[in-house]
Amino acid sequence: MRVKFWGTRGSLASPGPDTARYGGNTACVEVRGEDGAVLVLDAGTGIRLLGGGALGTPSRVDLLLTHLHMDHVQGLGFFGPLYVPGLEVHIWGPASTTLSLRARLGRYMSPPLFPVRLRDLPCRLTVHEVPCGTVHIGPFSVDSALVCHPGPTTGFRISTAQGTLAYLPDHEPALGVSGPMAGGGWTSGLALAEGADLLIHDAQYDDREYAARVGWGHSTVSRAVEFAALARVGRLALFHHDPGHDDAMLDTLVAEAVARQRPSFPVEAAGEGATIDVGR
Amino acid sequence: MPQQEVEVILTRQLASCLVMPVFIVGPAGDLLYYNEPAEAILGHRFDETGEMPVQEWSTVFEPTDASGAVIPPDQLPLVIALRSRTPAHRDFWLRGLDGTRRHVEVTAFPLVGQAGRFLGAVALFWERERA
Repeated sequence: MRVKFWGTRGSLASPGPDTARYGGNTACVEVRGEDGAVLVLDAGTGIRLLGGGALGTPSRVDLLLTHLHMDHVQGLGFFGPLYVPGLEVHIWGPASTTLSLRARLGRYMSPPLFPVRLRDLPCRLTVHEVPCGTVHIGPFSVDSALVCHPGPTTGFRISTAQGTLAYLPDHEPALGVSGPMAGGGWTSGLALAEGADLLIHDAQYDDREYAARVGWGHSTVSRAVEFAALARVGRLALFHHDPGHDDAMLDTLVAEAVARQRPSFPVEAAGEGATIDVGR
Repeated sequence: MPQQEVEVILTRQLASCLVMPVFIVGPAGDLLYYNEPAEAILGHRFDETGEMPVQEWSTVFEPTDASGAVIPPDQLPLVIALRSRTPAHRDFWLRGLDGTRRHVEVTAFPLVGQAGRFLGAVALFWERERA
């Protein structure tokens, strides 16, 4: 399984020379199986380039949305496969307590926010609501669960015969926690991440910033490292970089966290365009 | 221990920040958590009692009415909330694990999460007086 980052930024796209290395596009990750099967995680602005030819010519595309905040769906209307007549496209994501996923997507994919309606797309679109137990998509086994973030938000655990990826791009596992995070089922998202070869996790803030943003649904770099250690992952990719954090600051945040917490696994800030091979 | 649902985790985290005594049970009635203010009423720290099946917690605190008659489990607000999935409220007396009898009012309500998943029930306690 190969992971490629097409957008790593959180909240708002932030292109420019100061963010060129880690990237300015919002959340989008490509996951490729050994046989070329593909999953797309989230539809932030990074999805435009992925859908513009980099996907190749798959017979089926599955787009997994963790939630419907704008930084995770803004690129949806610019995702090329949606406009390929007859192409089988599946969108997976959470419903709300009162609206179906299709209805929620339709709020964005309709005027005045967007000129093309969901129902007018020429692809063969199927919408699936998650969490819905374990789903098998080609070589991928996909589990999902609601996690701690404002509004219905899921994380995903994606496994193949080669390895396991956990994707929790927007996650505040330490909400209301003053000391160390708890094990034993009492930390949000832990089962999704448990023993994963690669964890992609929210690391939007530093500790000082978080103090003024408790409850906004995001994690600090240090809490992300702590969560990864609790889950005993093999590798951590910090994700959902704050739009105000330039490349130099991200370097500093990672270096400081590693020096302070001494994790037993590699930690890096996910960078747009970077790839990671997961598992053997 | 299995992964708790995020709604239950958030309820516990909310409870841990409240001065109101809060008692949380899972869908089968198993005690999952009570907060520090509840520890003062129940007479024991949660870390010491740990999780407890419904058969145990519904009797261990010896709930009685004002005349001292034992209240059967199915008449306790939390058990009603669990079984009928409706809110319930009543006052009664209980004996904490420290031996103190207390007059409490309890409001219980079912906890229903995304997609209508039944996740258990929550009880809030108000202490009226102690004997």
